Amino acid sequence: MVGKLLLRGMLVGLVAGILAFAFARVYGEPQVDKAIAFEEQQAQAAGQAPEPEMVSRATQAGIGLATGVLVYGAALGGLFSLVFAYAYGRLGSLGPRGTSALLALLGFLAVIVVPGLKYPANPPAVGNPETIAYRTELFFIMIVVSIAAMVAAVGLAQRLWTRLGAWNASIVAGLAFLVVFALVKAALPDINEVPENFSATVLWQFRVASLGIQLVLWTVVGLGFGAVAERVVAARDQRGPARRYA
Amino acid sequence: MSDTTFAPSYGPVAIPVRELLPWAIFAGLMLMLMIYFVGAEEGATSLIRGTAVHEFVHDGRHLLGFPCH
Repeated sequence: MVGKLLLRGMLVGLVAGILAFAFARVYGEPQVDKAIAFEEQQAQAAGQAPEPEMVSRATQAGIGLATGVLVYGAALGGLFSLVFAYAYGRLGSLGPRGTSALLALLGFLAVIVVPGLKYPANPPAVGNPETIAYRTELFFIMIVVSIAAMVAAVGLAQRLWTRLGAWNASIVAGLAFLVVFALVKAALPDINEVPENFSATVLWQFRVASLGIQLVLWTVVGLGFGAVAERVVAARDQRGPARRYA
Repeated sequence: MSDTTFAPSYGPVAIPVRELLPWAIFAGLMLMLMIYFVGAEEGATSLIRGTAVHEFVHDGRHLLGFPCH
């Protein structure tokens, strides 16, 4: 059962990765190229020799990007299926497609949007190589805290469910999540390593493209996995036709 | 009424934790290792010598939102 879900999750994630790669190629790569052009121009102005290219730009933007996004997509789909395997049947009477869609929405918020508001994606030329360890640490701390807060908020909503009703319980839990986020956002140090004269437009478009890639991934996984999981769990639930699910 | 007496009870059936746990631990670790190689290898930490992995997945790392050099 879990194995079947895991395999399907990874396959759906792979499909999501292919679509996200297409999106990244069209909307992300132009911004990466502009950022690299800026980086080279700065290095030239400072009289530094150009960095030797270990991997050509064509490889980085082609097979390299595809590998990165596809591996990430498959791993995301697999992890998603494991979370689904736990959540299914434990979120009220929500059926497989509803469970999958809700998990993807909450996951996208907790893993991507909320950590991204504190430590947004940065194009090449932004970021001091000497602080990479520090920035990586903070980035992952932010994700872990955000996921923990989301799990706690879902638990809180379930606790309040019978007393307050579904809507009010969810609103209270959502507010509790926001309070935790505001406190963590204030407590963790800010990072701003954008060079003085870096184009604001390129930075904005890069970050929108980055968010778009994640939106493609999570939407395809959330809706796609629900569709394939429905057939897997239907046998176990001993239900009638699939349309009976909430 | 006789037509409702034998109505089966519908509802999602949860997977027991003991069935899920081995999958969650082993597959979970493998999957997170995959994300580590795309997102963080040869950045803050390095399991493989050099910068080949970093350079190869460079664009994906930036666009997926990971801190990169």
